[in-house]
Amino acid sequence: MAQTARSTQAAQGVGAARASGATGAKAGRRRRPLSPGRVLAWVAMVVILLVTLFPFYWILRTALSSNAALYVDPTSPGPVGFGWGAFARVFGMQSVEEAIAEGGSGASIDFWLYLRNSVVVATVVTVCQVFFSAMAAYAFSRLRWRGRDAVFSLFLLSLMVPTIFTLLPNFLLVRQLGLIDTLLGIMLPGLFMTPFAIFFLRQFLANIATEVEEAALIDGASKVRVFFNLALPMTVGPIATISILTYIGSWNDYFWPLMVSYTDESRVLTVALGNFNAQTPQTGPDWAGLMAATLVAALPMLVLFMAFARRVVSSIGFSGIK
Amino acid sequence: MTTTAPPTGARRRRRDDTRLALAFIAPATLGLLVFYFWPLLRGVWLSFTSWDVLTPARFVGVENYVEMIGDPVFWNAVRVTALYVVINIGVQTVVALLIAVLMQRLSRSILLRSLILTPYLVSNVVAALVFLWILDFQLGIGNNALEWLGLDRIGFFTSETWVIPTIALVNVWRHMGYTALLIFAGLLTIPPTMYEAARVDGASEVRSFFSITMPLLRPILGLVLIVSVIGSFQVFDTVAVTTNGGPVDASRVLQLYIYEKAFAQFDFGYASALSVALLLMLMVVTFLQYRITRAGQTDLS
Repeated sequence: MAQTARSTQAAQGVGAARASGATGAKAGRRRRPLSPGRVLAWVAMVVILLVTLFPFYWILRTALSSNAALYVDPTSPGPVGFGWGAFARVFGMQSVEEAIAEGGSGASIDFWLYLRNSVVVATVVTVCQVFFSAMAAYAFSRLRWRGRDAVFSLFLLSLMVPTIFTLLPNFLLVRQLGLIDTLLGIMLPGLFMTPFAIFFLRQFLANIATEVEEAALIDGASKVRVFFNLALPMTVGPIATISILTYIGSWNDYFWPLMVSYTDESRVLTVALGNFNAQTPQTGPDWAGLMAATLVAALPMLVLFMAFARRVVSSIGFSGIK
Repeated sequence: MTTTAPPTGARRRRRDDTRLALAFIAPATLGLLVFYFWPLLRGVWLSFTSWDVLTPARFVGVENYVEMIGDPVFWNAVRVTALYVVINIGVQTVVALLIAVLMQRLSRSILLRSLILTPYLVSNVVAALVFLWILDFQLGIGNNALEWLGLDRIGFFTSETWVIPTIALVNVWRHMGYTALLIFAGLLTIPPTMYEAARVDGASEVRSFFSITMPLLRPILGLVLIVSVIGSFQVFDTVAVTTNGGPVDASRVLQLYIYEKAFAQFDFGYASALSVALLLMLMVVTFLQYRITRAGQTDLS
């Protein structure tokens, strides 16, 4: 069937070339295997990749080194004075004396706690935000009600409010609610929706075939059941994409948690990392410990991304502008 | 919808969707009103008050704005932020465009695109710390490399001349892959036939870049620019982690100044006036960009 489709298009000429653009490009590549231009382009690409990836290698190399060795030999390409001391320090598994001897500040840090806080915040925010956004997106795409478009344009309007402008008043509100220095205070503004998630999911929900929905309704299903048993399962792909993007965004947020959190109880990884840097001895920073902490903060997102790379990468289109 | 006449039962259900819809949008609407619109109004109101949080807010009219116009630190922050945005956006757009065109020409591999996107997955704090280490004056591999090349070491985060370009480039590192993927998605909308036609006519790669790619990419590039400029103006994390505004005021960007006014000096009225100023700047810049790039209008026809 694909073949017939192609031959019909071949008759139309232009259409065929457009549809088989990918194969055309591949054929072109085979025809001109290594023109100087292509070599130059690949060299540029490799340089860009090196610049992109080198810092990650350098984090790992430094985290597995010891501070004393780093001060003697800062440039060796592999770890110097190999050891896991930096990670032990980060997870609070070294005594104060040990930590100071290895170049740490000796201040109490426990990344397990911050890691837990980050996981709680990112998970709860993602689950609530995506679920509530999906509900709203469903109402804006599949339900019929007066004022639908007007209300939707209000939501679109909020896309244009820059974050900075809402941060200060939101801080005051969270303070009035007595939620300063709590995880709930950090999560609250993100729990209900983001205009972007609604906008994003609405596009996909609108594409569900009407016939499928009609059939379920004829069978006596309520619209609520259609939402849970039909609409949500049918948009599981886009929901996964927006969930991952939300999770990463929430995990990496720094400014807002910095405002709200004051003690270890509510400290998330990004804020803890900033603190760790501020506490490190100014005369001889604990670089090994800092890089180990950086790795601990970054690794979960890298792993999460690796698991879903294909989905995320191919969904970043210009509809994915945030 | 119009293909089959729905039975009366379904039609009746459809008519009372309003109540269900209200229930479905209730949580989102709560979020919209409480965390978007209310703060917007409250922020504007606070900018006309004097408030240290402990005593009740006092209406002072335009006093904060008058003070702002005479505040050299504010004007310095505007200058520093503008410099940051120009370097950050200038370099980032050129590099991202280059990456996107290279990907369009060389490979569409998912692996390549994932690797390019990697820096975007880590937080600004992580990016800031890594480069603080790489560019450290004594021990950083960057400065050691400069020495090997026979150049002088540079105090990237400690010299007044270098601090803003450095921070701008650190953020280019984090965002260039993401921006490249956005532009790449735009490139995919250009029909390959156009390039084939150009090749048949004997046009060079460079020629087709300037006479096909750029004009057809303009609307998307315009949107990408608008979004990244808005983000760029709100720089905070990297500065707060690496320099905290120093040396002296050389990297005291607007957001950092707002944060300090509110949380170190408890001058919420003045901090709100500063954020209104930032908001107005963003609106003007966005409007101008929209007009200049004619974003959203396509030439693809």
